[in-house]
Amino acid sequence: MNINRRSFIKSMALKSAVAAAAALFPGISFGAWKEADFPSGMIQWKKTPCRFCGTGCGLLAGISGDRAVAVKGDPNCSVNKGLCCVKGYHSIQILYGKDRFKDALVRKNGKLVKVPVQEALDLVADKMKENIKDHGKDSVAIYGSGQWSIADGYTASKLFKGCIGTNNVEANARLCMASAVTGFMTSFGLDEPMGCYDDIDHADVFITWGNNMAEMHPVLFSRMLANRKSKKHVKIIDFATRTTRSSQASDKSILFRPQTDLAVANAICYEIIKNKWVNWNFVKKHVSFHKGKTNIGYGTQDHFKFKDKAETVDLNKYKAFLQDYTPEKVEKISGVSAKDIKYMASLYGAPDKKVTSFWCMGMNQHTRGTWINNLVYNIHLLVGKISTPGNSPFSLTGQPSACGTVREVGTLTHKLPHGVVMKEKDRKMAAKIWNVPVEKIDPKPTYHTVEMFRALDRGDIRFMWIQVTNPMVTMPNLKRYREGAKKDGRFLVVSEIYPTPTSDVADVVLPSALWIEREGFFGNSERRTQHNEQIVPMPGNTMCNTWQLIEVARRLGFKKQFPWSRETYIEDIWNEYTRFHDSPKHRMAPYKVLKARPGVQWPFVNGMETKWRYNPKYDPAAKGDDFDFYGKPDNRAWIWLRPYEPAAESPDSEYPFWLNTGRVLEHWHTGSMTRRVPILHKAVPASYVEINSDDAANLGITNGSRVKITSRRGSIVMIASIDGRGRPPRGMVFVPFFDEKYLINEVTLDAFCPISKQPDYKKCAVKLERA
Amino acid sequence: MPVCSYLAYPARGAKKELAKELSALRYCEVTPSENEEILLLVTDTPDEKEEKALQDTLKNIKSLQSLGMTFGHMDE
Repeated sequence: MNINRRSFIKSMALKSAVAAAAALFPGISFGAWKEADFPSGMIQWKKTPCRFCGTGCGLLAGISGDRAVAVKGDPNCSVNKGLCCVKGYHSIQILYGKDRFKDALVRKNGKLVKVPVQEALDLVADKMKENIKDHGKDSVAIYGSGQWSIADGYTASKLFKGCIGTNNVEANARLCMASAVTGFMTSFGLDEPMGCYDDIDHADVFITWGNNMAEMHPVLFSRMLANRKSKKHVKIIDFATRTTRSSQASDKSILFRPQTDLAVANAICYEIIKNKWVNWNFVKKHVSFHKGKTNIGYGTQDHFKFKDKAETVDLNKYKAFLQDYTPEKVEKISGVSAKDIKYMASLYGAPDKKVTSFWCMGMNQHTRGTWINNLVYNIHLLVGKISTPGNSPFSLTGQPSACGTVREVGTLTHKLPHGVVMKEKDRKMAAKIWNVPVEKIDPKPTYHTVEMFRALDRGDIRFMWIQVTNPMVTMPNLKRYREGAKKDGRFLVVSEIYPTPTSDVADVVLPSALWIEREGFFGNSERRTQHNEQIVPMPGNTMCNTWQLIEVARRLGFKKQFPWSRETYIEDIWNEYTRFHDSPKHRMAPYKVLKARPGVQWPFVNGMETKWRYNPKYDPAAKGDDFDFYGKPDNRAWIWLRPYEPAAESPDSEYPFWLNTGRVLEHWHTGSMTRRVPILHKAVPASYVEINSDDAANLGITNGSRVKITSRRGSIVMIASIDGRGRPPRGMVFVPFFDEKYLINEVTLDAFCPISKQPDYKKCAVKLERA
Repeated sequence: MPVCSYLAYPARGAKKELAKELSALRYCEVTPSENEEILLLVTDTPDEKEEKALQDTLKNIKSLQSLGMTFGHMDE
C-alpha cells in the first residue's frame, strides 16, 4: 500500500507539472510521459470548487476511506480546465493541521477551556439575549466573510436582519470588494461583471490595473499567457505601482505614483476623444453623463457620514472636465510619461482590438475606489468595448464567495438578499420569504465594517459573532480595534478552524467544519455558483457554520423561521434563498443542476447560462437590438466626472515612504490555513518588507537585515527583501500581510472610500530605520 | 519524505545539458518537452536532510535558469 501510495503521489506531482506546462505552453508535448494507471477503487474523485481565491477553480478531491488524499484540477470546469495553482494543489492539506479546533472553548478565569458544543451554544444565545435586553438590538452584531458559504451568509442575514431586527451584519468583503460593488452600482445600477472568463480567450489586449494576477489569480493569468502564446499579436500591459511577477511576464510594464490612476484614467479618456476614437453610435444610444460630489473626505473620524449626489451633465461639460487631464499635465502628477498614456489610450481606442481590463485590490482598496472603478468603465464605454466577447472591464474577486455570499446574499449593513433595507418593497419581499413581520426589518443601515469595529471599541456594540475571518490581523489601524475587542463588557464569539489572533481574544470559540467537510455553495468572480457536497466527515465536535447559526436562532425563539432538518437544510436554504432572485436579471440555477455541474453562471434562464450581460444576443433580460443597460432608470450606462484627489496620507519629510500591503502566491490572506501546509509554509515561512535597492543602499540596509517600519499609528520590525520577487520603486515599501507574527496592520491607516466604505491598505506614510 | 514537481527552465540553449545533469542526480526524474524549452522535474527524497542537500545541488546547476514548483507533498 505504501509503495502504491508513494507512486500515486509521484504520479500526481508529475500530472500537476504537465497541467501547469500545458497552461503556459499550449500544444506542448511530453513524449516520455505516460499517465500511470492505478487500481480502480483506490481513490474516489469528487468535485468541489477550490477553497481559496475568487477565481473559482473546479477541483477533484481524491478520497480514500474517510480522508482526502489527493487533489487535481477538474477538466470539466470551464474556469480552470484542469489546471490549479500551487495553493489549489495543496488545498486538501488545510483540513489536517495538527492544532485544528475540534471542540468548543469557553473563556473561564481568563483561559479558554473545553466545553460541550451545546453548552457553548447555550452561552452564545444567553449572551445575545442579555445584551439585547440590556442594551438594545443594535448592541449585537455578526461579522462574516467572503469565505462564508452562501448558506452561512443567508442564515446570518435572516437571523440578524429578519428575526433580531438589527442591520449589524457585515462581512470582510467590505475590505476587499465594496468599491467594486459601488462602482458597478453607480455606473450600471446592478452589481457584478457583465463579462466572464471567456473574455480571456477572445481579447487582443489585456490591461491590468494595479493587479498582480501572476500571484493572486495565477490560473487566469495562465489563460492570458496561453492566449498570447496562441495569437502572436496579443499584448499584456501591466499598469501598477510596483514591479511584480506580472510585470515580468507582461509586454510592457508602466509604473504610476500611488493614487494617480485616477488622473491617468481621465487622461486616457481625454486622448480617446481628442483622437476621435469614440464609438459615437454606442455613446449616443447607451451612455449618459453624470457628476458627483468632490472633496469627499477619507472617513478617518468616528461617525463619518457621506452621501453622494448625482447631477446629470452633457458631453460638453465632460469634455471641459477632461481639459485638466491632458497626458502632459498627468505626466507631472502620475510619473507616467505622456507617451505611455497615449499608448494605453491607443490600445483602448483601436477599433480592431478587443480589450479586457482586469483589476482587484489595487483599485478597490483605494480611498477613491468607487471613482477609479467608474473611470475605467468610462474608458470602455467611450469606445463601446463592453458586454461582447473579449471586451470587458472586469473586477476580479479575492475570496471564493465574496460575490456569492456577500454581494448576492447581501451580508452588508444596507443590503438584503434582494435590494436594500432602505426600500419598503425590498423589506416586504424579505419579510414575506423570511416569515417575519415587515416592521421587524429596520429601514436604517447601521455600521459598515470599520465603523462596526469602532462601535465595538466605543461600546455601542457589545456582542460580536465572527465567522470565517480573522479581523485581528486584517483590520487597518489594528491596535485600536484589538484593544477595543478586549475591553470589559465586550463578548466575542469566534467560529474558527485554527487558533488565530482573533480566536485569542474570543470569549467563546465554536469549532467549525471546513469546506468539503460540509455541504455548501460558493459564488465566484464571473457570476458562477458552485456547489460542493460533504465529501469527508467533520472531525471531532466541529459543526457547520450554518448549523451553528440555526442552533442559536432556535435558542432565541426563532424555530418557525429555521425549521429545516439536519439532513436537508442546505438544499432547503438554497430553495428559499433563490426566491429572492426569481427574475431573468438574476435567476439562479436549481439545486439539482448545481449539484450535477462544476458551476453555473447566473442569470440562468430557460436552462441557459448568461455569459455576457446587457447584450440581447447573450442576455435574456436585455431588450432591443444591440445593448440594454437595464440596471439604470434611463437604460443607459453612466459615465462619471470623477477628478483626481490625493490619498488620505502621503509621504512627507517625517514619514517619507509609501507603505503598500498585499499578498503572495503561496499564502491565503492571513495564512491561518496555508501556513499549516508544510510545503507552502516552507516556500514563504515569514513575511518581509520589500525595499527598493537604491533606498536600501541610502539607509544602509542589506538583504535579510532587520528594518523598523514606523507610521503615525505604530511600528514593526521585519526582515528586508531587496530585489526579490517584487520590487517597489524608490520611495515605496511593500509588506505581505499573511504572517500573524508581523501585524503590519498595526501600521496601516483606517481611511476608506466615502462611497464604498472600503479601507485603503495600499497607501499610508511610513519611515524606515535599521533595527 | 518530500515529493515535489517543478517546471525546469534551462539556460539559453542548454536544454539537453540540463536534462542530462538532472537525470544524473539521485531522487530526480526528468521528463523533457519534445517541442518547448522546458523540462518537468519530479523529486522524491527520503527525508528533509536529503531534500535540503538536493535543493543546494539544484541551485548550483549552471544549465538551470529557474525552477517553478507545481506540486509539493510532505509526509508528517
